[in-house]
Amino acid sequence: MNFQAIRVIYKFEMLRAWNTLLQSIASPVISTSLYFVVFGAAIGSRIEQVEGVPYGLFIVPGLVMLSLLTQSIANASFGIFFPKFTGQIYEVLSAPISFFEIIVGYVGAAASKSLILGTIILITANLFVDLEVAHPVWMVTFLILTCISFSLFGFIIGLWATNFEKLQLIPMLIITPLVFLGGSFYSVNMLPPVWQTVTLFNPVLYLISGFRWSFFEVADVGVGISLMMITIFLLSCLLLVWWMFKSGYRLKQ
Amino acid sequence: MKAIVKISNLSKTYNTGDQALKNIDLEIYEGEILALLGPNGAGKTTLISTICGIVSASSGSVTVAGHDIVSGYRITRDLIGLVPQELTLGAFDTVWNTVSFSRGLFGKKPNPAYIEQLLKDLSLYDKKNNALMTLSGGMKRRVLIAKALSHEPRILFLDEPTAGVDVELRRDMWRLVRGLQESGVTIILTTHYIEEAEEIADRVGIISNGELVLVGDKKTLMHELGKKQLILDLKHPIVDIPESLAKYALEISDDGNQLTYTYDTHSTRTGITALLQSLNEAGLSMKDLKTRQTSLEEIFVNLVRSQA
Repeated sequence: MNFQAIRVIYKFEMLRAWNTLLQSIASPVISTSLYFVVFGAAIGSRIEQVEGVPYGLFIVPGLVMLSLLTQSIANASFGIFFPKFTGQIYEVLSAPISFFEIIVGYVGAAASKSLILGTIILITANLFVDLEVAHPVWMVTFLILTCISFSLFGFIIGLWATNFEKLQLIPMLIITPLVFLGGSFYSVNMLPPVWQTVTLFNPVLYLISGFRWSFFEVADVGVGISLMMITIFLLSCLLLVWWMFKSGYRLKQ
Repeated sequence: MKAIVKISNLSKTYNTGDQALKNIDLEIYEGEILALLGPNGAGKTTLISTICGIVSASSGSVTVAGHDIVSGYRITRDLIGLVPQELTLGAFDTVWNTVSFSRGLFGKKPNPAYIEQLLKDLSLYDKKNNALMTLSGGMKRRVLIAKALSHEPRILFLDEPTAGVDVELRRDMWRLVRGLQESGVTIILTTHYIEEAEEIADRVGIISNGELVLVGDKKTLMHELGKKQLILDLKHPIVDIPESLAKYALEISDDGNQLTYTYDTHSTRTGITALLQSLNEAGLSMKDLKTRQTSLEEIFVNLVRSQA
């Protein structure tokens, strides 16, 4: 195991976030605060409780997931895409590193950044509402699993993308709509029956539902199913990235 | 000499259908400087990239210090340092950090004393805290060399190292290369500049259209393939070569002041004595004579032309 390589990749990626602190931390924190002001205070004050939870509180897990998913993907995809774009990837490819070590370095750093961000957003949320967590261990488990899975997914996008447009394509056109339509700001039960069924095909629903359950014991789907779905997603990403490295897809000619 | 890199029947065809390498067989000896010459698109970079693990071979095999580059990649890559052709560096990182990063990638523990000496040897130490984007092209080239040497490799690949660098850096680079060779490092470089290969390499390989046309000791190559010329400066110009000298196939200069006799250094008789006698008999007097060996460049051009 090349621990030194993992260490330097991890350190390099974390340093990149430190150098772009405004973009990495301040920007998501500000946008989350704005969501709280608009949805929580302005609109939320006119909405009754959802599933027995005040609306301002109800949207917290969804807002955390919104930032976590988008930032995990953005961090991990950019982390591997940039060296590909500049040609610096030659160094990683010619070094004595296995694909697993490369992933641990890049994805580990992206997931760590998301985890830090998630914690900061929860602290920020606590400034607006009195946050209570019913199942802290499950909350942390969901948080970590989500950070790792979506960082891995971002890493795949970074490997796949051949230009900056493609890099933004999936997060913009697929992930953001899925998060918004996955129950970030509402309970699925509030939708007409047809749309309730359609929403069940949205994988993000299971993430938000499970995460919300760990806070309020309120869920759109069973927590076991949520856990199973995120595990399946994580394993699928691992399988895909393993194939990409094995075949040298868009890395080696 | 002991071969440290063995390339057997190596071929590479890209997805586009371009066959960049065609059944390359080559042994690179420990401690030597091998120059790979070839025109643009000949396959030099593909060959280097394949050995380093950046490009996958279509067929054939490569071993480094007896280990296969695919199954034993950890051992082989640890032995190799690569200076790429393009100035592929980040923008915001500092010189010190990027060189330390490279060392870590190759699994080596941090060694600030070694990095410091390396940067001093490459005249980079005073720039150690500078962001890479603030460096000149020449300085960036030095950084790439520092990165390639950061993990103390036993084999160094330099892909077009002197492309676009000034005379001073070129001189520094060759000094460094010779120093590395003295410490036992095997060096493989690609270049367009034949005079560089002629000056620095122990052996020269010529690649054209994906094929290794020729590889051999530089001196032997020049000796075997080189023609020698005897240039005779006449006291008085002539218009035509006398009939009695026709058998020597002399070439006459435009102003009629110079005759050139080309001969094979390998033949038992060069014909020089007979020529000088015939010149005397023909009444031609000389004020000077000199010989000239065919340069590596002429050999290279002739070979590539015959391959085309």
